[in-house]
Amino acid sequence: MLDFSTLPVALPLLWDGVQMTLFLSLMAVVLGLMVGVLMCLARLSSHYAVRFFAQLYISLFRGVPLLVQLMVTYYCLPLIGINIPALVAATACIGLCASAYMTEILRGGFLSLPTGQKESATMVGLNQFQVLLFIELPQVIRLTIPGIINEAILLVKASSLISAVGITELTRISQNLASSNFQPFEFYLTAAGIYFIINSMISAFGFWLEARINRRVIA
Amino acid sequence: MNKQTKESPIVDVQNMSKSFGSTQVLKSVNLSVQPSEVMCLIGPSGSGKSTLLRCIAFLEQYSGGNVFIEGEMLGYNDNTDVRKLTSTNELNHVRRNMGMVFQQFNLWPHMTALGNVTEALVRVKKFSRREANEKGHAILAKVGLAERAMHYPAQLSGGQQQRVAIARSLAMEPSVMLFDEPTSALDPELVGEVLQVMKDLASEGMTMIVVTHEMGFAAQVADTVVFLDQGEILVKGSPQEIFQGEKPPRLEQFLKNYMDRNAFWE
Repeated sequence: MLDFSTLPVALPLLWDGVQMTLFLSLMAVVLGLMVGVLMCLARLSSHYAVRFFAQLYISLFRGVPLLVQLMVTYYCLPLIGINIPALVAATACIGLCASAYMTEILRGGFLSLPTGQKESATMVGLNQFQVLLFIELPQVIRLTIPGIINEAILLVKASSLISAVGITELTRISQNLASSNFQPFEFYLTAAGIYFIINSMISAFGFWLEARINRRVIA
Repeated sequence: MNKQTKESPIVDVQNMSKSFGSTQVLKSVNLSVQPSEVMCLIGPSGSGKSTLLRCIAFLEQYSGGNVFIEGEMLGYNDNTDVRKLTSTNELNHVRRNMGMVFQQFNLWPHMTALGNVTEALVRVKKFSRREANEKGHAILAKVGLAERAMHYPAQLSGGQQQRVAIARSLAMEPSVMLFDEPTSALDPELVGEVLQVMKDLASEGMTMIVVTHEMGFAAQVADTVVFLDQGEILVKGSPQEIFQGEKPPRLEQFLKNYMDRNAFWE
């Protein structure tokens, strides 16, 4: 019943899609972490206005579905004269959305650090920025690896939504192949398999990273 | 303005007071610590001795009075009519003369012993990695941990961790070392090695303020023992005066409790 004979011909196309999916996911994780760290600091700031802004940012990007965010940027921004290429819009959307979640993951990490760590760093003369960069962040990242890996996997899957704005990532390519060959089963099954493999690899990478970092830090 | 006494103390605490909400935890405390003096702060829990030490490090903001570290005002600008907190830079400048050792060690778990000791040398004193490592190894050797330089805190015993923490502070060459119950979190068997390092420091002439429950250490090493109770200095004197002389009832009671707790044979 299933006929995978068209698959070899479609492989280069699928590979293009995989690359786009990986690119979008990677950008989402990187952008999410970078903006996430900044937002996290804002969220933990002692200034009310800064904290409020971060809180607003988080609720906005967490509260609106990614698909709707994509539609808004893709279809509505041009109406008010802002034209951004689809790929840029899509990357920004998924990255900013990711950052809202990353903020909260990282905040959990910051809050779990003993306050004494910061005090001892202050007492040897490190300034606030150095404390953040060399004392807190490395530990926060280590503590939040499980959460970050989890988010990365969610982002790989969320990147499939970007097919809706015409970016030819894995889901979009599979849709095209499925309809042009009249073989939905074969191509969607293949896509499912590829997503599963990508995410299994991310998950394995996470375990490896955790084991490697924790080998010496937690005896 | 900066008021200096004739002998120019390293730490000069004048009329310090401090409140948490409506509870006053320090009431007009006066202390001065001369170069090479070892001062032990003793007292029941809640007496304010740790708070006093943390205020001297400005990890807590004192509310009234003044603190001078080597003649420099700590934490506040007093040259205007209104008292204002200093900038972090100014605060760090005054703090450069102080090293602090904490009850919970507060080592950075993602760095080796050597990394803990050299981090500030590289970041603050701008040593090259090589210079910093050289100095780091030398200081770790001084606290008896030459062989443990590449170990992470989790691979060290509590006593070793505390010695790394002492080495970390010493690396910055402070003129006064503050110890906040440095042996309270340790297994009884590991207390000795930390106290030994502290004794060595004292005999080398390091100025030290030590909050401690180790009366033996206070009796043997301190030049001055200060007994605090309910945020006030009740008695201040040499170990002989404190432990053997006439005592106010509160101190008598405190020492008796200590003796009872530690007596295990008759």
